[in-house]
Amino acid sequence: MTTSGSKTQDTGIQYDMSKNEIKVAPNDGSYLLDGYELVCGLEVHVELATATKLFSASANRFGDDPNTHIDPVTLGLPGALPVLNRQAVELAMRIGLALNCKVQPSTFHRKNYFYPDMPKAYQISQYDQPINVDGWLELPGGKSIGVERAHLEEDTGKSTHIGGTGGRIHGSDYSLIDFNRAGVPLVEIVGRPDIASPEEARQYVTELRQILVAVGASDAKMEEGSMRCDANVSVRKPGSPLGTRCEIKNVNSVRSLGRAIEYEARRQIVLLEAGEKIRQETRHWDETDGRTHTLRSKEDADDYRYFLEPDLVPLNPDQAWIDAVRAALPMLPRERRLRLSQATGAPADGEAIMVVVERGQDDYVMSVGDAGADVARALVHVKEAFAEQGASPTVPAADLAQMIIMETGGKLTSTQAKTVLAEIVANGGGDAVAIAAAKGFEAMDNTALEAIVDQVIAEQAEAWSKYCGGEQKAMGALVGAIMKASQGKADGKAVTALLLAKKG
Amino acid sequence: MTTPTNIHSNIPTTAFAIADQVRSGTLKAVDVLEAHLAQIAEREGDIHAFNLVTADEARAAAARVDADVAAGRDPGVLAGVPIALKDNMCTRGIPTTCSSKILEGWRPPYDATVVQRLAAAGAIAIGKTNLDEFAMGSSTENSAFGVTYNPRDTSRVSGGSSGGSAAAVAAGFSPISIGSDTGGSIRQPAALCGVVGVKPTYGTVSRYGLVAYASSLDQMGPFSTDVRDSALVLEAISGHDPMDSTSIPQAPLTLLHVLSQGVEGLRVGRITDLPGGADPDVTARLEAAFDALKAAGATIVDVEMPSMKYALTAYYLIAPAEASSNLARYDGVRYGMRVNATDTNAMYSATRSAGFGEEVKRRIMLGTYALSAGYYDAYYGKALKVRRLISDDFARAYTRADVLLTPTSPIVAFPVGEKSDDPRSMYLCDIYTIPTNLAGHPAMSVPFGTGAHGLPVGVQILAPTLGEQVMFKVAASLERSMIVAGGAK
Repeated sequence: MTTSGSKTQDTGIQYDMSKNEIKVAPNDGSYLLDGYELVCGLEVHVELATATKLFSASANRFGDDPNTHIDPVTLGLPGALPVLNRQAVELAMRIGLALNCKVQPSTFHRKNYFYPDMPKAYQISQYDQPINVDGWLELPGGKSIGVERAHLEEDTGKSTHIGGTGGRIHGSDYSLIDFNRAGVPLVEIVGRPDIASPEEARQYVTELRQILVAVGASDAKMEEGSMRCDANVSVRKPGSPLGTRCEIKNVNSVRSLGRAIEYEARRQIVLLEAGEKIRQETRHWDETDGRTHTLRSKEDADDYRYFLEPDLVPLNPDQAWIDAVRAALPMLPRERRLRLSQATGAPADGEAIMVVVERGQDDYVMSVGDAGADVARALVHVKEAFAEQGASPTVPAADLAQMIIMETGGKLTSTQAKTVLAEIVANGGGDAVAIAAAKGFEAMDNTALEAIVDQVIAEQAEAWSKYCGGEQKAMGALVGAIMKASQGKADGKAVTALLLAKKG
Repeated sequence: MTTPTNIHSNIPTTAFAIADQVRSGTLKAVDVLEAHLAQIAEREGDIHAFNLVTADEARAAAARVDADVAAGRDPGVLAGVPIALKDNMCTRGIPTTCSSKILEGWRPPYDATVVQRLAAAGAIAIGKTNLDEFAMGSSTENSAFGVTYNPRDTSRVSGGSSGGSAAAVAAGFSPISIGSDTGGSIRQPAALCGVVGVKPTYGTVSRYGLVAYASSLDQMGPFSTDVRDSALVLEAISGHDPMDSTSIPQAPLTLLHVLSQGVEGLRVGRITDLPGGADPDVTARLEAAFDALKAAGATIVDVEMPSMKYALTAYYLIAPAEASSNLARYDGVRYGMRVNATDTNAMYSATRSAGFGEEVKRRIMLGTYALSAGYYDAYYGKALKVRRLISDDFARAYTRADVLLTPTSPIVAFPVGEKSDDPRSMYLCDIYTIPTNLAGHPAMSVPFGTGAHGLPVGVQILAPTLGEQVMFKVAASLERSMIVAGGAK
């Protein structure tokens, strides 16, 4: 892996990305940068959550002491042979089916290259016959991003380069290799170049991550490296042929992904506007300077000399197995959003539903509804107050339901409801009636409220007549006086309704 | 018929007889072993069959077998039988070199499946035999540790690449040895040394722990002095192994019961368009074999193998291509030799330059080019097509014949050094053995008299996939005809 000695295409441009960040998703194809379209396809590597490695019985476990999960196969010792892990195949099929792929008979190839943490000097990977092909992923807004393939392959070991600069092997004094990760099963999900904005890229990865977690294939944590994302980026004028693409590596978060894509697109546009050509190359995203740098050009690319792996036989899962995997697939994020949308009337790609489904709290919201409460209120409260709770909140659904029933029944104002809920959440549950009573949030029925309203109308005759004359400002004074007289126990909505009714 | 005995004692020379007597308690495994170690002490200096003789480990293993017998436990079908292992199969804690400097001193942390199964059957491993480096060669002259000489004439080669295993049996060092056969590496040295050598159907014997040369072609098998001993060993080492994905999911072969069945009514194929020019002394023995089988009741039928003439070329693309990948792991990073240098790439280069011999380098280069972008279709891709054509030819031939008969080697054992500077002439030694590896079929070489200079000639029996039983019937029949004719064994 040498860096090209030839002139790189780092233009030196530096953008303040915080200003350029796209806040809203223009999913209608309208995203343009200085008149250029962005064409982007993502390659996502995900580590499968299997018990053992792809081709051996060593544990697939992260974070243990170096070189504790190794064996002759993992180390590529002479004479050792790979045996395919059935659980990895099943998880790969789950991913494929969740991404609407066709699961097909497949084979394994050897990808040959030398690197110290690659024990056999080849990686076993699926090549021209991958297990999953021709699928798609639907973004929350409805746009489909094609999935060309999702194939199985093995991970490498992990090198730590000591001495030298920048943790690179070049110039280091020595390197330490941990083979615990070598042979860990990966699925590489190759998306089609259908992504037209940094925001779509972020949505794609976020949605993909949720799907991977939902089907139990992976914990898919970008920050821990169990999900890694490379972006192929090119730009073109609308209607022109595809431009030359560059591959961006080392993107370690969803946020960085958007930044890296936008930086790279702008870099290419600057070159094109200066009359230069884009050179096809692999570029490295540098989080600290917010730029991409040449890693290697196409001419320096290894010839991997792929050929059919003779130590493995073709993988041909029978239809019964595929059907069983499909039947056992859990509800996917998109279906969860639609279900919640139908139950609440809120938009499926609105913030509340997106957030709650991403947190995995939608089942909980539904169960609060099952306990008799208004689901739409439950959605709002869970979105607002349950950010720190995981997919299984500690607050019993019945406790939240009781609070919401009090609120919608007019026994708690929305302000009081928030106060009660905060206490319930802090205690991991609680009796809303008792909490409200303890806080002095006595129920204020309409008769009592009406008496106060009448009293205030009488006292504030001038404001009342202005209000009746159509001066909306006057209402504020009336409501304020009523709230004061009720010692904050009146419900704002009920007050407005009464004033309106009395105005006639 | 009396059992032939070892020159040093009254120890029988066949594995079958040794195991029989050890199991019945009439013979001690330790005595069997000492007789063979004595034979090694006497002749190994002239032959150099072994890279390593593991006398201490063997003595301990033999004592355990004797203890089993004394305690009434069955020590297994190969009880007390000394066995020599080609030095490309992994033996736990015992150096496994592939006759290469690059692996010198490396001790595997595990046993090959075959080694485990032999030990479980009571066999006594006595050492690791010499080979052409990484099994690449036909004379065992390409070893980093010196040539193995032919026990029949020590000025000549033992064949290869399993020359050490063939010579060990021919010299009486052990009644059985194990070799590996990628393009003829068991059968050709068996023919040159005058012993039986078998390459079973691909997938019959586990490759787990066999250091790979060309994975889609490699298969392990036995050498023995007679056909029955090879059958006995194959029964013990064959059968499914979950550690090898290419292992056929089936029970071990059963062969011993077919040996007496005869060949009456069997159709033996003669390949009318057999390529290459076998020497007349070799061809004469092949004709004698046809005659013997005809006399025993078989029918001789003509078959054509039009693509066989391309087999050698296809093999020398496919095998080096796989080898270039299989041998890439010897990079100095984790085990074996390392020659330090200024950076990682320079270290790889220095290590591999110093660690590999000329023939290995030649095949790695050849295979790397054959797989390279721009060359793949013209070379490796085309070779795969030839491989399919050869399988098709065999399939057609086996609709007409039950087995095919060819010479094993076109020539008898040649003088040491005669071909070592001419790779292409060396490659031609395997012209008759390579096609079966490409098809994955079984084949074996049976000694069938002598040719020029009184040197042994082997006849090769080829059979379709999993046709070991019919192959062994024919082998046993040929062997019987030699005994009847009073031919030398």
